[in-house]
Amino acid sequence: MLDKSLTQIAQALRSGTISSTELTQLALDKATENRHLNAFISLNEEQALADAKRADAALSAGNTDPLCGIVTAHKDIFCSKGILTSCGSKILSNFISPYDATVIEKTAARHMVSIGKTNMDEFAMGSTTESSFYGPTLNPWNTGHVPGGSSGGAAAAVSAGIIPVSTGTDTGGSVRQPAALCNLTGIKPTYGRVSRWGMVAFASSFDQAGVFGHSAEDAAIMLESICGFDAKDSTSIEHQEIDFVSGLDKDIKGLRIGLPKQYFNADLDSHIAKTVQAAAKELESLGATLVEVDLPNSDLGIPCYYVLAPAEASSNLSRFDGVRYGYRAEQYDDLESMYINTRSEGFGEEVKRRIMVGTYALSSGYYDAYYIKAQKLRRLIVNDFHAAFEQCDVILGPTTPHTAPKLGAVNHDPVKMYLEDIYTVTLNLAGLPGMSIPAGFDQNGLPIGMQLIGTYMQESKILNVAHRFQQATDWHTFKPGNTGGAA
Amino acid sequence: MNVPANWEVVIGLEVHTQLATKSKIFSPASTAYGAEPNRQTSPVDIALPGVLPVMNKQAALLAIRFGLSIGAQINARSTFERKNYFYPDSPKAYQISQFQVPIVGEGEIQIETSQGLKAIGITRAHLEEDAGKSIHDAFHGETGIDLNRCGTPLLEIVSEPDMRSAEEAVAYLKKLHTLVRYIGISDGNMQEGSFRCDVNISVRPVGQEEFGTRAEIKNLNSFRFVEAAIAFEVERQIDLIEAGGTVVQETRLYNPDRDETRSMRSKEEAHDYRYFPDPDLPPMVIDQATIDAIKAELPELPEARAARYANEFGLSPDDATSLVSDRHTADFYEACCQKTKAKPSIVYNWLNGELGSHINKGDIRIIDSPVSASALALLLDRIEDNTISGKIAKEVLAEMWESQNSADEIIEAKGLKQITDTGAIEGIVKDILAQHPDQVAQYQAGEQKMIGFFVGQVMKASKGKANPKQANELLRKLLGN
Repeated sequence: MLDKSLTQIAQALRSGTISSTELTQLALDKATENRHLNAFISLNEEQALADAKRADAALSAGNTDPLCGIVTAHKDIFCSKGILTSCGSKILSNFISPYDATVIEKTAARHMVSIGKTNMDEFAMGSTTESSFYGPTLNPWNTGHVPGGSSGGAAAAVSAGIIPVSTGTDTGGSVRQPAALCNLTGIKPTYGRVSRWGMVAFASSFDQAGVFGHSAEDAAIMLESICGFDAKDSTSIEHQEIDFVSGLDKDIKGLRIGLPKQYFNADLDSHIAKTVQAAAKELESLGATLVEVDLPNSDLGIPCYYVLAPAEASSNLSRFDGVRYGYRAEQYDDLESMYINTRSEGFGEEVKRRIMVGTYALSSGYYDAYYIKAQKLRRLIVNDFHAAFEQCDVILGPTTPHTAPKLGAVNHDPVKMYLEDIYTVTLNLAGLPGMSIPAGFDQNGLPIGMQLIGTYMQESKILNVAHRFQQATDWHTFKPGNTGGAA
Repeated sequence: MNVPANWEVVIGLEVHTQLATKSKIFSPASTAYGAEPNRQTSPVDIALPGVLPVMNKQAALLAIRFGLSIGAQINARSTFERKNYFYPDSPKAYQISQFQVPIVGEGEIQIETSQGLKAIGITRAHLEEDAGKSIHDAFHGETGIDLNRCGTPLLEIVSEPDMRSAEEAVAYLKKLHTLVRYIGISDGNMQEGSFRCDVNISVRPVGQEEFGTRAEIKNLNSFRFVEAAIAFEVERQIDLIEAGGTVVQETRLYNPDRDETRSMRSKEEAHDYRYFPDPDLPPMVIDQATIDAIKAELPELPEARAARYANEFGLSPDDATSLVSDRHTADFYEACCQKTKAKPSIVYNWLNGELGSHINKGDIRIIDSPVSASALALLLDRIEDNTISGKIAKEVLAEMWESQNSADEIIEAKGLKQITDTGAIEGIVKDILAQHPDQVAQYQAGEQKMIGFFVGQVMKASKGKANPKQANELLRKLLGN
């Protein structure tokens, strides 16, 4: 039941084939069965079953909400009342939030049942989920490989069939990249679509929540539940139109799909290049028009992002000082040593590296050369996209330059790891919506994702293309251990 | 303050005034003073993970009101930046402040000096949040943190280095203090920290073009401390330079118990605040209609009002200035003037004298006075129409203060109505003259001042009710003069 589509599960719940309580118990059992994946930081059986009971009551009272009683799980970056919110860090390993994130409030209001909090790179800084204080999450497709990150637990949990949909966050690709590496559909909407209230901040001008599912349709249904204006977030977009489902089936005849010439160069794995090109041909056969577009500043995305995001992070993470909540060092002599010991012991290596980089970039004497310069590059990258969208309706390219790396293969080489974000970070720099959908498999049977990029507030357009593609292909239907010989 | 004639003092001030909003600048928590520690804190104020600031529009409107009241440029688009530093009473480890583009730009304030009016330039005024409080003495060897004050909205008003003495600095501060209360943007309560300042001081030989190196004295919350701290600091800097030393740029603290300033941190130890735009707060955009509406609602400002009082009511410039230093007092005065037939100068004397002393004794604000402006106006009318004398009026006012009855009710109930009937007064006068033949003789021998004695006797005999003017006239007539 858990690997069925949301619509099918919703039908089963409404027809009484299964209750939300049974579904929740199934998911909890499946989570336990897959404990070795380490997809969850905490499971929340008691609360989940209580919520399921309420969902069942709502269902029997005639609730027709397609999400009522559906099981999910939230990334451990969302503050959840009464349950640990660690953000994958030792420094928050004892933090129980007194309030719920808006994302959690919104899904709970729809009677979704959250079975726990998913594993992630510490403070969402990483592309492998190996920097978690709670240990790495494994890729259900091959447990010797990483699931991607930072929302690796959220992706693995859906990929392994524990839950049908999950939430994640995407600051530089943290939803799209694990979706690609785990054969899922993952979408990050336009910056400002989803409230950041209660989402532990990494880089505030980039952070945006997103969702994982097995299909564009499931992702669309789930995404609708978390979008919307929130007065508690000053960067939240007012008067949003939130309808991602009704246009899924629209004909894509005549739709112009842009292929950025900079995306298909030597840095891209040749197998991935061929796969994405084949997908483009498929879309062409569905009526779309392929056009080459130019994103001349694409290669500046990584240096620009890795100045600005750490700069914001260095300030955002300053509040973790051991004074009011969270971990505090046991040994210290005075205020300064309390700060130093707490932060030295409480943060992991990658987080400390980014705090150092960001602090440096904001320091007097370096600010203009790094922070201001990077802000100018950010503008150039935005302009590139504006120009490209004059010539096309959606942009298609690879999500990642490589498929899932082996555990331990990239996390010790930060620059190599950062370069893996080359196709994803530019969207966060520009605030654009993007999604990754399954497009095939590499020679080792590992999933390949492709990325669809829309212009501002045009989530429905990329979801429409994704859905049409998924109607014509079956890549997204393959599950770990069942590639149907596709590899 | 005695500054050697060959030295010139240069002073600039940064005033932090708490804006009179109900809730905090970025959170819905209350700003009320005096709650139990850490009870007026929202998740935003204590900087829990995941929280976000939302600008309190009311704070911006108050800042604009200030800007308009000093004729300053209002920036329709202003920005919020983060000022990063670690301290336990700063929960985010950064303060949100306006750095690049403040809401209020350049303006000026006129002060009175011994050499006449002087304009003090205002560089800017920007919005920011207050920090919490560290409590060092309540816990054995540990520091307590009270975050109630975190996020209290402040307007930081930065002056040009235009002041040349402690007197000018204090005159400027007092002017500003009056203004912020007058236009209702702050309660200005200095004990509670609602109005406090940092003083930048340097000295230079008279005639030298460039400024000397300045020291900044932090966080002074009384006019007296400002004056004393400047006096100490000026002497310290001059002595230092004259002894061959140099002033170092540093932050100093004034200790009122020892009446001295002490170094807090030098420029080398100064924080690198790493200012950058706060990504959680888009630039604040204020439309012209909002600015125009605030302008239209701006009250008549103290200077204009004092000038009008001098002009319209014939008050001396000093009396007019002291009257308008409190808006409610001026409102009371004006309301009373409009309702009474008494001259504005008489109203001023009563407000400043008799009613003022009741208010002082009662330690209340004029808006809480049990005697209203119209009640006072009626009392003064009764003096004007000779119903009672000024002396009786003081008794009546005391009774009004206690009972809140009207002047007429009290005059009636106590039979205080003045005797204006010539026949009745004449009877009393004749009796007095008959009883004092010696004094009559003295008067008639040329001792004119004896008339005062007779008036006094008449008033005494009439229990103060005889019209003194009439008594005087009758006395002179009957004494043959």
